[in-house]
Amino acid sequence: MCRRSARSGANSLAFEDIGMSQGGAAAPALRPSRFRLLEPAMLLWVALIAALLVLVAAPLVKMLLISFEMQETGEFTFQNYLTAYGRARYLDALRNSLLLGLLSATISTVIAVPMAWAVSRTDMPGKGFTWAVVLAAFVMPPYLGAIGWILLAGPNSGWINVVWRAVTGATEPLVNIYTFTGMAFVIAMHSFPLVFIFVKSALDLISSEMEDAANILGAGTWVTMRKVTLPLVWPSILGGFILIFLETIALFGTPAIIGIPARINVVTTQLWQFFEDPVRVEVAAAFAIPLLLITIALIAVQKLMLNRKGFVSQTGKGGERREVKLGPWRWVLLGWCVSVALLSVGKPLIVLLQASFAKAWGRGFSLDNLTLRNYRFLLFEHDQAPQAVWNTLWFSAASATMAIILALLVAYIVVRKLMRFAGALGFLAMAPFVIPGIVLAIGFYAAYAGPPMSLYGSALLLILAFTARFLPIAYASSQAAIRAVHPEMEEAARILGSGRLHAIRKITAPLIKSSLLGGWLVVFIVASRELSAAIFLVGPRTRTMSVLLYDLTEQGNFEVVSAFGGILLFITMVIVGIGMKLVGRDFMLRRE
Amino acid sequence: MPRLVLSGLTKAYGKLTVVDRVDLSLEEGEFVSLLGPSGCGKTTTLRMIAGFVDPTGGSIQVDGSVLSAPGAVVPPERRGMSMIFQSYAIWPNMTVAENVAFGLKLRNLSSEDVRSRVREILDVVKLENLAHRYPAELSGGQQQRVALARAIVVKPSVLLLDEPLSNLDANLREEMRFEIRRLHDEFRITTVYVTHDQGEAMATSDRIAVMNAGRIEQIDAPHLLYTRPRTRFVAGFVGRTNLLEAQVEAGILLLDGVSLGSAGQAGLPALPHGEVLISLRPQAMTIHEAAPTDAGLVLEATILGRTYLGEAWDYVVQPLGTGLKLRAAAQPLEAHDVGRRVWLRIDPRQLAVVA
Repeated sequence: MCRRSARSGANSLAFEDIGMSQGGAAAPALRPSRFRLLEPAMLLWVALIAALLVLVAAPLVKMLLISFEMQETGEFTFQNYLTAYGRARYLDALRNSLLLGLLSATISTVIAVPMAWAVSRTDMPGKGFTWAVVLAAFVMPPYLGAIGWILLAGPNSGWINVVWRAVTGATEPLVNIYTFTGMAFVIAMHSFPLVFIFVKSALDLISSEMEDAANILGAGTWVTMRKVTLPLVWPSILGGFILIFLETIALFGTPAIIGIPARINVVTTQLWQFFEDPVRVEVAAAFAIPLLLITIALIAVQKLMLNRKGFVSQTGKGGERREVKLGPWRWVLLGWCVSVALLSVGKPLIVLLQASFAKAWGRGFSLDNLTLRNYRFLLFEHDQAPQAVWNTLWFSAASATMAIILALLVAYIVVRKLMRFAGALGFLAMAPFVIPGIVLAIGFYAAYAGPPMSLYGSALLLILAFTARFLPIAYASSQAAIRAVHPEMEEAARILGSGRLHAIRKITAPLIKSSLLGGWLVVFIVASRELSAAIFLVGPRTRTMSVLLYDLTEQGNFEVVSAFGGILLFITMVIVGIGMKLVGRDFMLRRE
Repeated sequence: MPRLVLSGLTKAYGKLTVVDRVDLSLEEGEFVSLLGPSGCGKTTTLRMIAGFVDPTGGSIQVDGSVLSAPGAVVPPERRGMSMIFQSYAIWPNMTVAENVAFGLKLRNLSSEDVRSRVREILDVVKLENLAHRYPAELSGGQQQRVALARAIVVKPSVLLLDEPLSNLDANLREEMRFEIRRLHDEFRITTVYVTHDQGEAMATSDRIAVMNAGRIEQIDAPHLLYTRPRTRFVAGFVGRTNLLEAQVEAGILLLDGVSLGSAGQAGLPALPHGEVLISLRPQAMTIHEAAPTDAGLVLEATILGRTYLGEAWDYVVQPLGTGLKLRAAAQPLEAHDVGRRVWLRIDPRQLAVVA
């Protein structure tokens, strides 16, 4: 039914356009150029619009519609909203999500801004190391960090607490990850790279003359940083803050792994509960609406702030770039970066690896505790794990390929302004950026899981959802790639007698190859660890690694969980390594 | 006591010496330009004066106290100077008034004082109506004025300008030269001005220091620099010139074997005996179709070619009996045909011996 609505939407648009073009063709004497609209590119445009409607618009519209529908009968009702917001427990979840978002974003900002400043502007040593830390924290799936921190800071057997009790003789744990702050901390440990990337790229664009000008007028290092440098990148700090807030309120993995045992309910875990038997998609849809509205509103706020006149940073090189000399303070900053490295990547990774090779992780680092059993079990004996690895690989590859092809076509049409209304295509391609993954998943479930499409449990459902979810990433990198190729490059080929397609194949394609590969790899990586959307859409035979990992966590066997995490990390590292080799060291962290 | 003294100032990056034993001294209220091609070390010199770059040799003194010496450098913020940057470096997040007030606030002035001094200086640079605008809303010339106001309002001991006009279009550049000189005449701030544009240096400066390959080649008032360049580089860099190898034999100045007359002639600089290199400006010659009757440096020549440039003719002439080709300038109405026999008269005061 929803499929019908999506298709009829696409069709009516297509008809309108064909109608227009025929109207133009009927009056060739007046506007002979209208004939051009009938060239094959027009059909491509229609096909792209249809694809984007299926991927982006239809699920959202369907979700909105069913939030006002009675289950079974489909009658119009407000009942779903009354149910979704009628219980204190559900409202608490909403409040918790907002608080969690604020807290994580605050911690991330506090962590990342000094790091970004240190790497971009100062003579702090160990900049390469800091980069590596940020990359590692970014690449490591957040739920793996959460599992690592359970091993580190679980109240009873967590490493930190065991050592603390042994050293001090105390009976109470030092730290407890199963708390609200604990959860916010773990989330921040994997989201701070966003603030770092935002702020660092903004700092990189500021000419050092801006700081020199303050120095020569009498401002020292700290006054300059406070009054000139930081205010100049304020929009980027805020942008990073908002993005982390939004990522956090839409995050499923960490709140499920830490929050559910700690009895802290947030919107995403509550949505998950609406999907337990009996599945109440209509109520979930109603409950997901605020997530969508908040996201759209904040992205709009951020755009407004960035557009404010006084903050348009005038970039421009001039003079030599001068690093701020910190004296002994550079060791303080390095200490900060090393601490972040240990907390975000170092310690969680060590305990995860230890557990994955251990018979029982609590017995510690001894030789007789060492075993490969966990890996062997998963790879050869587990009934779902090999299937999940295979699923993850080919779902990710398929959706990365689809997203890049779609994005490339759209970007080419938009950047080269090949058609009127090309902008609409670009808008649709970027739209999923403001749709939280979990909301998109509910939309996909609502639109395509049931009859007439009945995609539930099929690989196609997941691949389509991943494609839609990561389309903006693919689009951004395709757009940047095509922008970088001056149209005259193609025109030079065409004036020498090459057709448009020939010119694209011989000139444009080779030039954008490596950026596209970079985009493909990034989509592959984020798709391979995606949990928030996958958890709502997987069927018995389409479990991905992330979903299976979550299932294993629920069973509480941390050695096997860790080993599975190790396999996932290994795959990710191979892909990242290929990317660095082929595309360049910073292909993951480039801000598009 | 001079305001600013550079003595033996040197900056080397490893084996590469970019500023090589520069000596320069500015009296209070003096305006000196560092003029030279890109890579000559002028900007590095300026940034050493500002304290952004540490010298590897020599020293910088202001009012007798050493601000920079190898290993002992007062940071920029404690030098009491101000500077205007190539990119203006106007902070885009502050209004015009906030930009100008920045340095004053750091000097702990009362907010009343800050306000009145900001108002005064904005009057001077004619920006009084734009005080509450953001830089992004200003034109390039207005931003330049904000930079000037911000630098002058703190009454610096030395004002430094680093190619401040290079980002402006030609008309505005001309206007701002005079503006900078006007502000200097009004406030008499000791100023060091870095530029590669000789027109700018000439229009603004009391003295110009021509730099090449890290060294100062010559420091002189603009008109002396033009008429009496002391080195081959200065003669070639400042204005156009004919660089000629000449001989002085038995008190006679010979140009490729042709006599120019006695070396002791009035107006000629002292000429050493033997081989000399002389610089003869195109403007130092006039072209006559009849032989001049009075005595002086006169050569017979043939017109080889000519180009009309609007404000002047540019002739290529060959003195008879030589293989030389000289460029000579002439007024727009003084048209002489190619191939014609003419007389060149040379103003001895504009003939310079260069090293």
